[in-house]
Amino acid sequence: MSYRITGSTGEWEIVVGLEVHAQVVSEAKLFSGASAEYGGEPNTHVSLVDAGFPGMLPVLNQECVAQAVRTGLGLEAEINLFSRFDRKNYFYADLPTGYQISQFAHPIIGKGKVLVDLADGSTREIGVTRLHLEQDAGKSIHDQDPTRSFIDLNRAGVALMEIVSEPDIRSPEEAGAYLRKLRQILRYIGTCDGNMEEGSMRADVNVSVRKPGETEYRTRCEIKNVNSIRFVMMAIEVEAQRQIEVWEAGGTVDQETRLFDHVRGETRSLRSKEDAHDYRYFPDPDLLPLVIEQSWVDELKAALPELPEAKRLRLEQEYGVSRYESSVLCVEQAIADFYETVARGADARLAANWMLGDFFAALNRTGRSIEDSPVSAEGLRELLGLISDSTINGKIAKEVLEDMVETGDSASAIVERKGLRQVTDTGAIESAIREILAANNDKVEEYRGGKDKLFGFFVGQTMKAMKGKGNPALVNETLKKLLSE
Amino acid sequence: MSLDAKTVTRIARLARIGLQPEEVETLGQDMSSIINWVEQLKEVDVTGVDPMIGTGLAKPRLREDRVTDGNCRDKVLSNAPEREGPFYTVPKVVE
Amino acid sequence: MSGIHDFTLASARDALKARKISAVELTNAHIDAIERLDGQLNSFITRTPDQAREAAKAADETLAKGEGGSLCGIPLGIKDLFCTNGVRTTAASKILGNFVPPYESTVTANLLRDGAVFLGKLNLDEFAMGSANLTSAFGPVENPWKRKDSDAKLVPGGSSGGSAAAVAAGLVLGATGTDTGGSIRQPAAFTGIAGIKPTYGRCSRFGTIAFASSLDQAGPMARNLQDCAILLESMAGFDPRDSTSVDTPIPHYESALKRGVKGLRVGIPKEYHVEGIPAEIEALWQQGMAWLRDAGAEIVEVSLPHTKYGLPTYYIAALAEASSNLARYDGVRFGERVGAPTLDGLYEASRAAGFGEEVKRRILIGTHVLSSGYYDAYYLRAQKVRTLIQQDFLKAFENVDVLLTPTAPSGAFAQDEKPTDPVQMYLNDIFTVPASMAGVPALSVPAGLDARGVPLGLQLIGRFFDEETLIAAGHAIEQAAAFHHRPTIHAGVSA
Repeated sequence: MSYRITGSTGEWEIVVGLEVHAQVVSEAKLFSGASAEYGGEPNTHVSLVDAGFPGMLPVLNQECVAQAVRTGLGLEAEINLFSRFDRKNYFYADLPTGYQISQFAHPIIGKGKVLVDLADGSTREIGVTRLHLEQDAGKSIHDQDPTRSFIDLNRAGVALMEIVSEPDIRSPEEAGAYLRKLRQILRYIGTCDGNMEEGSMRADVNVSVRKPGETEYRTRCEIKNVNSIRFVMMAIEVEAQRQIEVWEAGGTVDQETRLFDHVRGETRSLRSKEDAHDYRYFPDPDLLPLVIEQSWVDELKAALPELPEAKRLRLEQEYGVSRYESSVLCVEQAIADFYETVARGADARLAANWMLGDFFAALNRTGRSIEDSPVSAEGLRELLGLISDSTINGKIAKEVLEDMVETGDSASAIVERKGLRQVTDTGAIESAIREILAANNDKVEEYRGGKDKLFGFFVGQTMKAMKGKGNPALVNETLKKLLSE
Repeated sequence: MSLDAKTVTRIARLARIGLQPEEVETLGQDMSSIINWVEQLKEVDVTGVDPMIGTGLAKPRLREDRVTDGNCRDKVLSNAPEREGPFYTVPKVVE
Repeated sequence: MSGIHDFTLASARDALKARKISAVELTNAHIDAIERLDGQLNSFITRTPDQAREAAKAADETLAKGEGGSLCGIPLGIKDLFCTNGVRTTAASKILGNFVPPYESTVTANLLRDGAVFLGKLNLDEFAMGSANLTSAFGPVENPWKRKDSDAKLVPGGSSGGSAAAVAAGLVLGATGTDTGGSIRQPAAFTGIAGIKPTYGRCSRFGTIAFASSLDQAGPMARNLQDCAILLESMAGFDPRDSTSVDTPIPHYESALKRGVKGLRVGIPKEYHVEGIPAEIEALWQQGMAWLRDAGAEIVEVSLPHTKYGLPTYYIAALAEASSNLARYDGVRFGERVGAPTLDGLYEASRAAGFGEEVKRRILIGTHVLSSGYYDAYYLRAQKVRTLIQQDFLKAFENVDVLLTPTAPSGAFAQDEKPTDPVQMYLNDIFTVPASMAGVPALSVPAGLDARGVPLGLQLIGRFFDEETLIAAGHAIEQAAAFHHRPTIHAGVSA
């Protein structure tokens, strides 16, 4: 169902394109040998190249190029064997050379696509216009001094991929789904850690509105530097609302850069900065055009890990899990890997149930991630094995898992230590049942008189007496036999 | 073509060079005379000619992804006209 | 050999190796000459006598062991565009203030590796922008040559004017220069010395303050081509820190001197016969052809059809790059800062106070030709014309081995004869700019004196990385011209 905003003149459709800046995972910076690691003491991850000292020259980092190509492959995009670096000229305190090296005219990656999954189970394809490599800027710190800003160049020169989408997005939900999917792909390939809190992914959001059925786009506004998926979705909503009000009041929307203020829930114009901009792009004469070989692209492609979409399909086919289960298991590569380790050599359906249920609950409760899970995949597999071979039953297994989380002991050790092994000795079960029946003569009569519901009562009493360890199937079978005697 | 004061002022603003009013005029005249002189390139037929990017002599070369530089804050800050602790400082930038 | 100031770089090298003279003696003699003469010439911005004496002492110790590189103990001057570790580097601009680089340029590091002794940093046009060394924030350089008939102060050419004057006056045995559109060759011609602009990519640009990145190329300036050859071999070489540096072996350039020119095909570009060129320049050019013909070369007329567009193309390309390269001088991380309450105010005030008039003019033009609405008409078109200019050369070199032209359209002019129209001033580079645009190597050798007793040079232009053929042909001219004149102001002339 299409997303529509109702204004005073009727319904409106929104048109959104996203420019995502994703920080490339690499050891060193795009054009210098300084560390690209996040954090560090101020101005320590800085070389004289990054600080724009006279006579310093850029030399391109091969791994950053490889990462861009891998990402392009992950987006099923055109890989441009010829690309080029341009200078984008502007003055700012955290831009030491007075220009940012970027790829303006000839990006390394051309058209691609991202398939997004929506809440109603449908899938949409969002086009990717291009991906290019560029340098990040440094950081200005404004809150340390009443009259001065402080400059830290640790981020200056770190490689970024700017991933530009087509204006294909039609709702805040789609924008969120696109960003989540993009982040998933980047994390799978290992080209960006997708950590929005540390700023390794941020988005510029282009928003316009139009009446349903209009074929032309109306003027768009660009909301700069939004740093969470939730804020992107909020910003789209409030900006669309604002534009609709402008149009409906008979005004026109100006093409401009705006800022999203999440505290006040509004966007604000940054017009003052805009009118002075004229970036004077031209090819950076310190760098040669970037020419890569198809054979190298092929090598990178061959070494690419399985991508989310392919993995999801494979899990469905290989392990018989549902589409929903599969997509949850594939949210992160580590989860899918964990699942596969459990599922190989265990009941795969049981494994999916347990992971999505009690195991995730245990992770949530302990605040741990899959990477530092208190229970290893092998440990969980052993537990499920104990269920499958009837050593313990499902209810006991929940107790064992809790114990595993707490103590780190193995499932079998806990079962032995606590004596939780399931009772399958029919003699023991029979004698336990006989005691229950003898103590509840009245209920036995009622049951025999036709009150079938009481069967559950006898099961419960028996299990209680056996401290939960009775084999449920045998308990049922024996109960039926003795009650019908 | 002659560059008017408004254009010269706009260019100077882009280049962040503060100009005195009298400079706007003299620089404007000089710039106009140079710009008029380079206009002769319009005579050249450049149909189908690729712009030159570099001399085409060096081979594309990529650096290994290793940390080989940085950790030299003393050098980075050695020539700073104004600094505060580990930072360069500038007049407060209002966002 | 009559005195310590009669040494060439090559003969000093041989005398040092033979221990006929010590590096300390040689260095002290040059330091004395600088003290005597440079008050007038102003060829140095920063002198480093103490450091030089230290280096000379170390060189003597090395030489005593029978060791040492090709330049061990040789006193040199360094154009103040090369960053030198711990020694103030200014680009002859106020904006760099007391900038002291914590690093060494690759070119100067190579010279130090081979044992050179640096006497200091040489004056130049501010950011290498000029053809007369009149734009330096540290004052103009005076050419050590005088006209026969007047005492007027002549310009040494530019932008490597300090390098040229210091070499010509015998204050140094050799100097580094940089050439963007003629900044080595034109001052070499104006001061009666030799200078080589190597193929673009031959010398690393790492640590050299940029004017126009796609054109800047370091090269040697010295009394003759043998000295230049020795210097170039040390300065040249692949540098992984410069993406435009070319990885190709460095020949033993000095050996090329003896090659001769027998059978060499020398092209004479007909478009270089420009209108208004003085008759004596034309005559010297003819003389050059005759010398080479007599030495066994064949003279062939060639055409470089886009020659006349070289200068305007150069000014668009170079100034566009310069406007961007000079954006880093903003008073934040190094150099002079003029305080202001806002960041933009600080930029505008610092750059207004720090840059001289010519640099401002060039930054503004470069900004204009890149700006929205003008990029295609100016910058992009110029880069296309540049392709045509390069093709002209490549085509000519299918037919000839070198090209012979005058270096400059006149001899040195007086400081007060500087044209007021900047375009007239730019015409000084008319013969040198096209080779820069194409990236091919070129050199200038002194070939004679004009009617007023001021030196004139001839230019040779060669194929990519064929500096050796240039040196061979240039040496043939040197031998025929037998240019042994000395300037009025010279270390070997007592006052």
